Amino acid sequence: MADDLFKALADPTRRTILDELAEQSGQTLFEICSRLSMKHRLGISRQAVSQHLAVLEAAGLVETRREGRYKFHDLNTAPLRQITERWPAPDPSAPEESPP
Amino acid sequence: MKIHLTSVFVDDQAKALRFYTEILGFVKKYDVPVGETDRWLTVVSRENPGGTELLLEPAGHPAVKPYRDALAADGIPLAQFAVDDVRAEYERLSGLGVRFTQEPLDMGPVTTAVFDDTCGNLIQLATQPQE
Repeated sequence: MADDLFKALADPTRRTILDELAEQSGQTLFEICSRLSMKHRLGISRQAVSQHLAVLEAAGLVETRREGRYKFHDLNTAPLRQITERWPAPDPSAPEESPP
Repeated sequence: MKIHLTSVFVDDQAKALRFYTEILGFVKKYDVPVGETDRWLTVVSRENPGGTELLLEPAGHPAVKPYRDALAADGIPLAQFAVDDVRAEYERLSGLGVRFTQEPLDMGPVTTAVFDDTCGNLIQLATQPQE
């Protein structure tokens, strides 16, 4: 699972897709493609976007749901917790450790 | 050469005519019986009655369902209509019960939204930037 997660995050296009889903969850493939091409000037095919989404889905970062005839993609950031559990981030509210 | 007519397949022509005229605000141009139940049924923009006609074509052909189902699943619209203000149209149509799969969104230079025409199609609304 962790390998899938790092692989998914390693690609800049996939990170952009996550950014877009963070801004608005519940997008169709068409909408994701439109935003990649029009907002980010990324000239990638619908098929390529579909493949990127499959990688993100395998890592658990994107979930899909069908509503009637339509399929929507949602962001799920829960798998990212594995990263902070593996390399815990310092608690910003904790007092700084004083040097001995 | 210019585009004079374009078409969308509709499940039910009578229902489509109601949606495209009463909800969207187009006006009927031609309504000619063809065969037993089908009609040559076109609508035009109220703002440009001499402009491009939209043919509301019966969806009975067996190729239509798989074609439209595949496009609908991916959210791909089958037509785009220009409006002065996507957000205002979104509010107006939502108020009339129209279901949007994409709320108004800035796509760089244009703002778009996508709704379900209740006849089997997704339609995109777009507002072009002011010149």
